[in-house]
Amino acid sequence: MIDKFVASTAEAVAGVRDGAQVMIGGFGTAGLPNELIDALLAQGAKELVIVNNNAGNGDSGLAALLAAGRVRKIICSFPRQADSWHFDQLYRSGKIELELVPQGNLAERIRAAGAGIGGFFTPTGYGTDLARGKETRLIDGRWMVLESPIHADLALIKAERGDRWGNLCYRMTARNFGPIMAMAAKLTVASVHEIVELGALDPEAVVTPGLFVQRVVKIPRAATGAGGFKTTT
Amino acid sequence: MTRWTKNQIAALVARDIHYGAVVNLGIGMPTLVANHLGAAKEVMLHSENGVIGVGPAPAPGAEDYDLINAGKQPVTLMPGGVFFHHADSFAMMRGGHLDICVLGAFQVAANGDLANWHTGEPGAIPAVGGAMDLAVGAKKTWVMMEHTTKAGAPKVVARCSYPLTGLGCVSRIYTDLAVLDITPAGVLLLEMADGADFAALQACTGVPLLR
Repeated sequence: MIDKFVASTAEAVAGVRDGAQVMIGGFGTAGLPNELIDALLAQGAKELVIVNNNAGNGDSGLAALLAAGRVRKIICSFPRQADSWHFDQLYRSGKIELELVPQGNLAERIRAAGAGIGGFFTPTGYGTDLARGKETRLIDGRWMVLESPIHADLALIKAERGDRWGNLCYRMTARNFGPIMAMAAKLTVASVHEIVELGALDPEAVVTPGLFVQRVVKIPRAATGAGGFKTTT
Repeated sequence: MTRWTKNQIAALVARDIHYGAVVNLGIGMPTLVANHLGAAKEVMLHSENGVIGVGPAPAPGAEDYDLINAGKQPVTLMPGGVFFHHADSFAMMRGGHLDICVLGAFQVAANGDLANWHTGEPGAIPAVGGAMDLAVGAKKTWVMMEHTTKAGAPKVVARCSYPLTGLGCVSRIYTDLAVLDITPAGVLLLEMADGADFAALQACTGVPLLR
């Protein structure tokens, strides 16, 4: 029987090596798999390269991983936020490397990795500091910049609901980077709030087919502090 | 010189958005435009984090932080609204499927160059987000900004001194003093704030204005 469910977040992130390139889903706190990041913090891997849209908020989750000195480099589009003090401090003291990527290039580079594309030409960033040194080409009258795929050893993503094959559905804008990061990593770990029987997900509504996912762990919704969801009752 | 308020500028932008348009409103001042679109003019609001059909802010207590906009503020979803992942969201921009994006800016040059992501100052932490993708992707890129800096320096300039976001991408500028079109012949004055004086406007603009 194919069964991708694991019993704990510790089991979900087992085997991550030092120096691993790790994608973390989420846009701000929506879709950020905080419990999986906490497990990675406990697991101990260091010298990590993190791919996330942001660079941590407040003191928990990704920010805690940064504060613990476990991240060598971060690839993101929008590091500076009102509550990104841990990143700011590390960056200013030269203790972390930043690869700043326009958000659409970040998304497409991740998608390209998952789709087996070796690179692509895009108009985004042409003539700006973020395209400096990159190959350019005039295509159909428009200047384009060559961008390369971003692969990962591990993707930590958050979904709403999943089955034992790893098929996933998401919740509203918490979807964001999850589906493409799942495609781009050798090992994709998804946290879900609800586990369902095989066949219970509407096949027309599955967003991430299970072949992109290797491990699924259930996180009770009530325990999801920074996952974006707040109950209204 | 009388200046338009931020809400008055937002109302002008909203006035010029056509019925049925797919629109992305940038973080900051452009967000105000949503309040002026009115129910009669149906438009589809796109947000980079994977949603079309963004509705107004939820009632206090009804916030759901899985449903946010690019500024990470809680929003609501209009009937017909849909969710999609990030690569699709930016394909919508880059692929030319958005009619209009409205962005804030540090500077806009007479040739439509846009600078809005980084001051380039030493020690400043750069953050670009979706600005570069939006600037070059939407069919029309409009800018909404103060006409001058706090120190009074023009923000409509001959050449941007700040790092560029996109080249030749801006087609229209809405400021607290004027509405300007970027044309092949130069920067064309479309309208001025009530009681504004052309000579005074020209004096705080970094390029000659056509009219």
